[in-house]
Amino acid sequence: MRAVIVGCGRVGAGLAERLARAGHEVTIIDLNSDAFSRLEPDFPGQAIRADGTDEDVLRRVGTDTADWFYALTEGDNRNAFAAQMAAESFGVDNVVAKINDPVRAEAYTDLGIATICRTRLLVDALARYSGLPADPGADGVRRADRPHDHHAPSTVTGLGNRVEPVQQES
Amino acid sequence: MYIIVVGGGKVGYYLAKELLEAGHELVILEKNAGRARQIADELGSIVLNRDGCEGKYLAEAGANRASIICAVTGDDDDNLVVCQMAKHHFDVPRTIARVNNPRNEDLFHHLGVDEIISPTRMALASIEQDIPVHELLHLAQLKGGEMELVEAQIAEGSPALGRKPTDINLPEGSSLFLLLRGNNVQPVRPDTVFQAGDKVLAVAKGETGEDVLRRELIGDNEPVVSAS
Repeated sequence: MRAVIVGCGRVGAGLAERLARAGHEVTIIDLNSDAFSRLEPDFPGQAIRADGTDEDVLRRVGTDTADWFYALTEGDNRNAFAAQMAAESFGVDNVVAKINDPVRAEAYTDLGIATICRTRLLVDALARYSGLPADPGADGVRRADRPHDHHAPSTVTGLGNRVEPVQQES
Repeated sequence: MYIIVVGGGKVGYYLAKELLEAGHELVILEKNAGRARQIADELGSIVLNRDGCEGKYLAEAGANRASIICAVTGDDDDNLVVCQMAKHHFDVPRTIARVNNPRNEDLFHHLGVDEIISPTRMALASIEQDIPVHELLHLAQLKGGEMELVEAQIAEGSPALGRKPTDINLPEGSSLFLLLRGNNVQPVRPDTVFQAGDKVLAVAKGETGEDVLRRELIGDNEPVVSAS
């Protein structure tokens, strides 16, 4: 499978390494080429310095043929934007956006984008560690609430997509 | 009418100023403290020093009773998120976004932003107007971008030379309606015969409409300046 990752922070770089080492074809994009130092020197994927919220850039890296798209920059809005572009303009089926503000994460899950919210995950982990009951909405990537039709007419006000867990390569 | 302006840069500031003078009730959300204070000094206490992308602060600003929200920051992604939060979380009836990268316009429309302001597109359009081009000039978007008001110049070599509007087969929804010849402006009539130097204002529906207008009125000339 082919994956495009926007944002080469710790999370983006870590995921890129994992996917690439599992034999997947990975392209990772970051505006800052220094960010690529987080990748191992023998990283088997492709690292491209560019703006991952620019449609031309996403086209150039072949987003239209990607099976997975991950928006993992440190900006919630950039991630929401890039993720919707991937789903809407390029028809990528599996799109995940990292959105650390819980309110915005909730809103985009409602709009049909799968989200992962670091704030909620950490709060839940710490609360559980302290003996409190688990937050049922904080168990990893939150799937979109409704399915997504890429080719819906322009009256559509939101997006949706289907999210399957990453297949483990054996 | 209650209006929320997100982004207190030059565009947000002058927009707010004009709207206040027109008697509207409004608030500006500006996340930079220094800039927020500066605007408050000029326009009074209509500024909230908050990030308008956060649902919490939109609620504080009274988004649920706003008639219009204008997202005019310098970042397209921020403007999109503001409009989406306003629309889906607070049911704001009308959302307006500034779009800096013209390539994002379609996506914004598609994702439910009602109105788009594109300074880049406007500058491009004026540049095109100043240079003799053999392209369609985009003058305005109609019906939320579905249709486009365009101007075509009939130059030497145009396939429309010597022909009448009735000889030109236009797709449904596209039409020729105004003829600019010398200093005269007149409607395009069925018996109008196109001459070199004429300018024709037309409405093009979708890309098909534009393609046909380009082919029929301009021909295969290489464009001197292109919008894309």
